[in-house]
Amino acid sequence: MFAAENGLRGDPRLQGISKAIRVVPDFPIPGIMFQDITTLLLDHKAFKDTVDIFVDRYRDMGISVVAANVNVGIEARGFVFGPSIALAIGAKFVPLRKPNKLPGEVISEAYVLEYGTDRLEMHVGAIEPGERALVIDDLVATGGTLSAAVRLLERMGAEVVECACVVGLPEGQRRLDGKPLYILVEPRLSVNY
Amino acid sequence: MSAYKDKDARINGIKDQIRVVPNFPKPGIMFQDITTLLLKPKEFKDTIDMFVERYKGKNISVVAGIEARGFIFGPPIALAIGAKFVPLRKPKKLPGKVISEEYILEYGRDCLEMHVGAVESAERALVVDDLIATGGTLCAAINLLERVGAEVVECACVIELPDLKVCYVAKFSRQF
Repeated sequence: MFAAENGLRGDPRLQGISKAIRVVPDFPIPGIMFQDITTLLLDHKAFKDTVDIFVDRYRDMGISVVAANVNVGIEARGFVFGPSIALAIGAKFVPLRKPNKLPGEVISEAYVLEYGTDRLEMHVGAIEPGERALVIDDLVATGGTLSAAVRLLERMGAEVVECACVVGLPEGQRRLDGKPLYILVEPRLSVNY
Repeated sequence: MSAYKDKDARINGIKDQIRVVPNFPKPGIMFQDITTLLLKPKEFKDTIDMFVERYKGKNISVVAGIEARGFIFGPPIALAIGAKFVPLRKPKKLPGKVISEEYILEYGRDCLEMHVGAVESAERALVVDDLIATGGTLCAAINLLERVGAEVVECACVIELPDLKVCYVAKFSRQF
């Protein structure tokens, strides 16, 4: 669901967030209009608004875990949003990483790329059965990495309450493997910087 | 300078949450794992609060975080002190125009990149990472920022490995 359909219609913060995202054509490959959130991070108000919107939504949902992908493919920069949300709602932050980055014991889940597969890992013992979890990412396209994240959390017995992204495709899935998907803005289609 | 020498009561709580993993990523290395700190909301918040208390009100407009664990600590600090967050990344991850700084590893070289236009001349900047070992990546970060005319006020790290700061002490003492 989009934030604008879910209580935030007309909220001026959403426009500010959308405008702060830069479109980079033909990255990482020709034909892709890359949604670059680094320009959002340069705009203190828009960055703060992004975190505040997520915090307002999740603070009273009894969530004790915020999980985010990092360095998975090119798109996943959940690391820059997840910790701030976790701090504000009093939850743990759990990073989900490419193989061999996390030290100690991990569990691992495969996900599909356009060509081939890759794996996402999480620390054993980071979360306990019954914890309520949020998965955060900057952008959802196919949902492949988010689905892998959900599977990892569920394998450790957590209940994934929702997946949240800053940018998501409007004609894409509204739910991800049965989990609600909450998106702030649609992708920008033309170059704006 | 180090916070632990000032004996802030929060320091021991933070230290206790950092896990040491022997022989990772290779034999002989005692890896300082901060992910266990992130599982403790109070101690994670204390970590951020200590940095925010130090840097708030110092007219710092840029917090630059080094990939990837600098991305965990940098943004909350940036948000709290009213600064932008600028990710410094390995090659080819940042889209669009970048500047690039090479640095030396134990065996070989690596490279750190920053977006052109992210930081303006005369901005006051903080560099954030989870850990300082030799200081090689931090020096590359400082160079990137100085090349675009920023003033690096300080480098902030959660953990310091004091035995490994060999060639870079002279450079840091200029900043601290």
